[in-house]
Amino acid sequence: MGGFAVALSWFNLLLMLAGIVLGVIIGVLPGLGGANGVAILLPLTFSMAQQPGGTTSAIILLSSIYWGALFGGAITSILFNIPGEPWSVATTFDGYPLGQKGRAGAALTAAFTSSFVGALVGVLMITFLSPVVAKFALRFGPPEYFSVYLLTFCAFVGMSKGSAFKTISSMMLGFALAAVGTDTVTGQLRMTFGLTVLLKGFDFLIAVIGLFGIGEILLTLEEGLEFKGASARLNMKVVLETWKELPRYWRTSIRSAAVGCMMGIVPGGATPASFMSYGLAKKMSRDGAKFGTGVVEGVVAPETAAHAAGTSALLPMITLGVPGSPTAAVLLGGLLIWGLQPGPLLFTEKPDFVWGLIASMYLGNIVGLIVVLTCVPLFAAILRVPFSIIMPVIIVICAIGAYTVHNSMFDVWLMLIFGAMGYVFKKLDYPLAPLVLALVLGDNAENSFRQSMLDSQGDMRIFFSNGLVGSITALALLLLFWPIISMALDFLRGKRGKHVREE
Amino acid sequence: MQQDKGVGSVRLWEVLVVVFFLVFGSVVAWDSHRLGSSWGSDGPQAGYFPFYIGVFIIVSAIVNLYTALRASDLRAFVEWGQIRLILAVMLPSIVYVALIENPWYGLGIYVPSALFIAVYMRVLGKYSWLMIASVSIGVMLAFFMSFEVWFQVPLPKGPVEALFGYA
Repeated sequence: MGGFAVALSWFNLLLMLAGIVLGVIIGVLPGLGGANGVAILLPLTFSMAQQPGGTTSAIILLSSIYWGALFGGAITSILFNIPGEPWSVATTFDGYPLGQKGRAGAALTAAFTSSFVGALVGVLMITFLSPVVAKFALRFGPPEYFSVYLLTFCAFVGMSKGSAFKTISSMMLGFALAAVGTDTVTGQLRMTFGLTVLLKGFDFLIAVIGLFGIGEILLTLEEGLEFKGASARLNMKVVLETWKELPRYWRTSIRSAAVGCMMGIVPGGATPASFMSYGLAKKMSRDGAKFGTGVVEGVVAPETAAHAAGTSALLPMITLGVPGSPTAAVLLGGLLIWGLQPGPLLFTEKPDFVWGLIASMYLGNIVGLIVVLTCVPLFAAILRVPFSIIMPVIIVICAIGAYTVHNSMFDVWLMLIFGAMGYVFKKLDYPLAPLVLALVLGDNAENSFRQSMLDSQGDMRIFFSNGLVGSITALALLLLFWPIISMALDFLRGKRGKHVREE
Repeated sequence: MQQDKGVGSVRLWEVLVVVFFLVFGSVVAWDSHRLGSSWGSDGPQAGYFPFYIGVFIIVSAIVNLYTALRASDLRAFVEWGQIRLILAVMLPSIVYVALIENPWYGLGIYVPSALFIAVYMRVLGKYSWLMIASVSIGVMLAFFMSFEVWFQVPLPKGPVEALFGYA
């Protein structure tokens, strides 16, 4: 409970408020999302983190930006039919029609409130589960860690919506880019081809800013230069009326929160979680047929799940050092830069930091709810600033952000290249999140793999050597081959069904 | 009216990306092989892990090639109208980054940024010069204050900043 004392200091509360306002703005603007918004602002926290207790303030600022961006995504989905983040896509299905019907206020209130509920459930789970997971993870050796990484990446492949091989391609590209530079074990230079700029390797923050920032702007450009949206007026009356309506959907809320928490722990889970809970709500609700025409329940389901998942994505990040989403990866990168090693030891060595962060999740979401409910018109107004001003300013912000990571102009050039790449990849359905996560985790995954191979003298059976590592590896393989397995199951079931009918 | 054919078909671009992956994967595998991709006296060599990454890249690229050719999606990848907008962002961005720092004469980050914003406001937005000047200079002043003064994060500076005593 000491965490609340940390989070409640005036300075940290102020940072939280600033972070959330910034985060909502970032979430509303095209080309700036949670991941690259946090990446751009990360260098600003370098000096802040040097002061005593500064790392906690820094993480509070950055995670508040994350909460803000999550809330902001809903605003653009409902008012402008532009999902700010991939997991807001399902929110547009019913949110935008509601806005068109003149019920934007109700949709926004429902979205914000259910986001809040979802996040709250996620934080509760983190509060109670993370010490347990951390304690458990203390027993982890290199093979266990490698199997967790394997699980992370297999989950991406197995749960990808598009082509599994495109997911593998983009993931392996991330791994290969992560390997560039000095090999930490032997000191040899890998894939530098005599170029000094490549010695340090590729920083994933640059990739995030380029892929998600510049790439996103290029995609937005295609759709034309103007945003047309429903007007946003949110007064107390609408809020209270919607709140009266919301308890009716408690079943949907609980179900979506559960789906979100479960999927959120698995990497890349937020987006499938939002679609899944929308689908489930549609199937199980009495008004199921009306989904898609603008019903409040259709906003509640995906928003609750997405926020529950977005919050739970931080659980593996703090307990194992394995981030569940690109934004969690950027936060993890921040911890490493500030000199903190995420993982089970963090709980015993830096309890102030961990509990400060967890307490700030509770407070951050309460503050966030209040901020977005009161300031929607303000945030919507930002989107009415003409594109010819917003767009160059965002590019300038991205360039500055890329430069400040290592004070290097080479990184700014890289950002442009990643931007063009992100645009082409996005158009051809190559997923970007696995690339970023592989770039972040590549070195760790490789080291744990080599360490395991050393221990076992090259015997792959080490990944099945005991119950713990064996079951994680088995789960990873199950997820990897999930598309094939589920196809086989459907096939068998279909066959049996036919068989029964014939009799 | 003539149909907008666009810049190549989706299939063409799929193939181009696959070629990129094939070349990239081969480079990764080849360089890892050069470093030693097998088992050394003291354990796995430096190229052990990346070598297989390279192999995976090549294998998945070949599968992607097969799918792309079979799907044979001949729709336009981007239409000409769209590519013009995209180039209208990419090309000035390249000039912008080159102006910040180059081997001959770097202008620092603030002046090219203000110019960059001004050019878009003029060409796309058709604003008055007064509006352009106030927005572009105002935004960059705000950035200057936050980075150089409040957060103490130095950004590249050029002759104009030097005039005001910042170098």
